[in-house]
Amino acid sequence: MDELLQQLVNGFSNGAVYASLALSLVLVYRASGLLNFAQGEMAMVATYGAWELTERDIPVAVAIAIAMAGSFVFGALIERLLIRPVGDAETHALPLTIVTIGGFITLNAFAQWRWGTAVRSFPPLFGNGKITVAGAIITHQVIGTVASLLVVVGLLFLLFQKTKLGLAIRSVSSNVESSRLVGVPVGVVLMVSWGIAAAIGALAGGLVAGNQDLSPFMMQFILVSVFASATLGGFDSPLGAVVGGLLVGVFEVLIGRYVGIVGTDLALGATFVLILGVLVVRPQGLFGTAKVRRV
Amino acid sequence: MSLLDVRELHGGYGQVKVLHGLDFSVGQGEVVVILGANGAGKTTTIRALSGMIASSGDILFEGKSIQGQRPEQLCKLGIAHVPQGRGTITDLTVEDNLRLGAYVRKDKDIDADIGIWYDIFPRLGERRAQLAGQMSGGEQQMLAIARAAMARPKLLLLDEPSLGLAPLVTQEVFKQLADINRDRGTTLLVVEQNANLALSVADRAYVLETGAIITKGTAAEVGADEAVRRAYLGID
Repeated sequence: MDELLQQLVNGFSNGAVYASLALSLVLVYRASGLLNFAQGEMAMVATYGAWELTERDIPVAVAIAIAMAGSFVFGALIERLLIRPVGDAETHALPLTIVTIGGFITLNAFAQWRWGTAVRSFPPLFGNGKITVAGAIITHQVIGTVASLLVVVGLLFLLFQKTKLGLAIRSVSSNVESSRLVGVPVGVVLMVSWGIAAAIGALAGGLVAGNQDLSPFMMQFILVSVFASATLGGFDSPLGAVVGGLLVGVFEVLIGRYVGIVGTDLALGATFVLILGVLVVRPQGLFGTAKVRRV
Repeated sequence: MSLLDVRELHGGYGQVKVLHGLDFSVGQGEVVVILGANGAGKTTTIRALSGMIASSGDILFEGKSIQGQRPEQLCKLGIAHVPQGRGTITDLTVEDNLRLGAYVRKDKDIDADIGIWYDIFPRLGERRAQLAGQMSGGEQQMLAIARAAMARPKLLLLDEPSLGLAPLVTQEVFKQLADINRDRGTTLLVVEQNANLALSVADRAYVLETGAIITKGTAAEVGADEAVRRAYLGID
């Protein structure tokens, strides 16, 4: 029993990180209708930026906050300078996908060139403390990771449901043309969406690096799980990203621990099978909306 | 001076020219209808006026050129556009759609205005928490009109409000448009195929054929025109 509880704690901890990054993917998907393959690498570079600051004795919380602010600007600029000029996702899906894959490769190469491939330690945002609950060890970092996710979700909810900007963001994700006709500055909304996504990604990067280590490849290890989270939850649903992330986190840990044939080596393979299963059974995901297209 | 003055309007999509030099005007407080068959250039005209497509020629609004301005700028100047096929934001609730219609406004009366539109269209009030996409075509058209009116526009552009609606619903929509014009003083420019209904609420009318205006006059004159009667009113 203690062990199951411990596994669930670990699963939730991983899942909270997946959920944060899946939220980034979903925000971009809702705004621009495309899958940003570079989202994880943007977060990784932002985390290196935060690491540079911590090396200059800036507290890690401040460093991550600065990295989030920088990422907001960076994400907005990527939308304006690299994505929008290529064209609309409906007509230019493939070129846009190639641009984001190019961004993935470029950012990863940049990180390797600038910081090397050596693994570096990154101070955990919530310290090294831990508590024991019913025999399960829960680190402050784990509690903080899950709490961060909840805060992010709460803030996003307030933004979307209670502010004019949030209304505009929801409107643009549903109907660009009608949004322009009522005076919504669609370009600004797109940039803000990419900015928020990048800022959440930077937070997730800081948490990943604090849980494990900082390396140019740290986001690639979890990328498949993040895609699985967004697929399971539904690519156009922020709520789905969160639920999907937590479910995938727990799924991976449990299947790796209790299904002998899978073990830790095949856990990633199991995640792929999960993606496949979702696409076959319920392609729009748990909370996504099935797209109906009039032809 | 007219509220809207259009001279030598040319426009189209890429290499395809649809409008070949239109001249028309809409006076303050008027209801003007542009009649035309499918492919005559009705939607292109409206889209050129609201900045959705590039055009050339003069477009004067309150005496100032608005040529080349973007839709969001035109919205601030007081031009609202109800697009063809209604263009409601289907993933938002009725209330959010109305709130969004007031996006360019900064005043405090937005909630009060939403209430006014619920009074005018009680169906919208009953369904305020429902997603717009789940409503019938007629309800969505009413929502689209109310949403455009939430911006408190000086000029309301309507692209075929009768499209896809049952005859009784179409009548109701035109009755409401006439009321909006009378009670709120909003100037209307409507492009339509349904000549009978459109002429019944219009002050003046133009007839558009393959991108050029072939007839114009008061609604009564255009309604009495032999060619119009044959082409649009189904009367020999």
